[in-house]
Amino acid sequence: MTVMQSIITILAVALGTMLTRFLPFVVFPDSKNPPQFITYLGTVFPYAVIGLLVAYSLKDFVGTGSHGIPEILAILFITAVHRWKKNMLLSISAGTVLYMFFVQAVF
Amino acid sequence: MKKKAFRAALPYTLPICVAFLFLGMSYGFLMRSKGFSFVYPMCMSLFIYAGSMEFVTVDLLLSAFHPFSAFLLALMVNARYLFYGIPMLKRYKNCGWKKVFLIFGMCDEVFSINCTVNPPEDVDKGWFMLFVTWLGQLYWVSGATLGALLGYVIHFDTKGIEFIMTALFWVMFLNQWEDKKGHLPALVGLGGSFLCLFIFGSQNFMLPAMVLIVLCFTALRGSMIPEVEQ
Repeated sequence: MTVMQSIITILAVALGTMLTRFLPFVVFPDSKNPPQFITYLGTVFPYAVIGLLVAYSLKDFVGTGSHGIPEILAILFITAVHRWKKNMLLSISAGTVLYMFFVQAVF
Repeated sequence: MKKKAFRAALPYTLPICVAFLFLGMSYGFLMRSKGFSFVYPMCMSLFIYAGSMEFVTVDLLLSAFHPFSAFLLALMVNARYLFYGIPMLKRYKNCGWKKVFLIFGMCDEVFSINCTVNPPEDVDKGWFMLFVTWLGQLYWVSGATLGALLGYVIHFDTKGIEFIMTALFWVMFLNQWEDKKGHLPALVGLGGSFLCLFIFGSQNFMLPAMVLIVLCFTALRGSMIPEVEQ
């Protein structure tokens, strides 16, 4: 590829990505009230989409040799630490360190 | 006002900082190892700003020139953002000029914070969300650029660091769980996503999962609304 072709490819990818981000806001601008069904989805989606993100972030771990055991253990550990201290940064770092220890030294 | 919003936003972005510096560096390093100058990962992380798609683009740049299929591929890989826009319609409302930047920088991690965190009463919400967004993008671009510049010099065992994203999302999930009225939609999202992940596999599960979630919400509309709007 020439430099010009590379730039066009990068712009095409950027355009595709931005279209997915901007489209809902273009279809339902501030000035217009979205249909009731969309407003309803807007109130329930935040809860559901975080679950979707959890699955999305785990997708490449599923089906690896350790059958998801380190992932499940780390998630249980995060849940316990978070219940106990309610400190976001502590829960996240403790869980990640435990997970890294699992995959580097145990499993 | 800005300072207060920045102070409120910063701690939430720290896990993103760690994750993006490491992931960005591995991305920058990958591009350097394929023979690209550091300008490529820098510009791509700035303008595309969608992690998985940037990794895919590395391969696109190394194959034949097909800009339209690159555009379509980006649409498909990032279709989930269509989904994210809906809960954010209300949150990003009345943010004026900030809205363009908020939408432009709405990656998964930034979304998970802007969608679930309500800053304290005395903090301006628009600026709070904008700082979360800008910091996220700053970390990613810095990581990618640093990785391309230093990739050959520094090497350490970071196996498993990707899990920090799962940890972030899971903690956001737990925080939302405190809010009892959201239990049913949260379970629909988590259960439906994992069900589709096991049925369709890691490469193809996002679209079916989103369709399934919308179908469940449509079917359960009567029982979900009183629960959410109590």
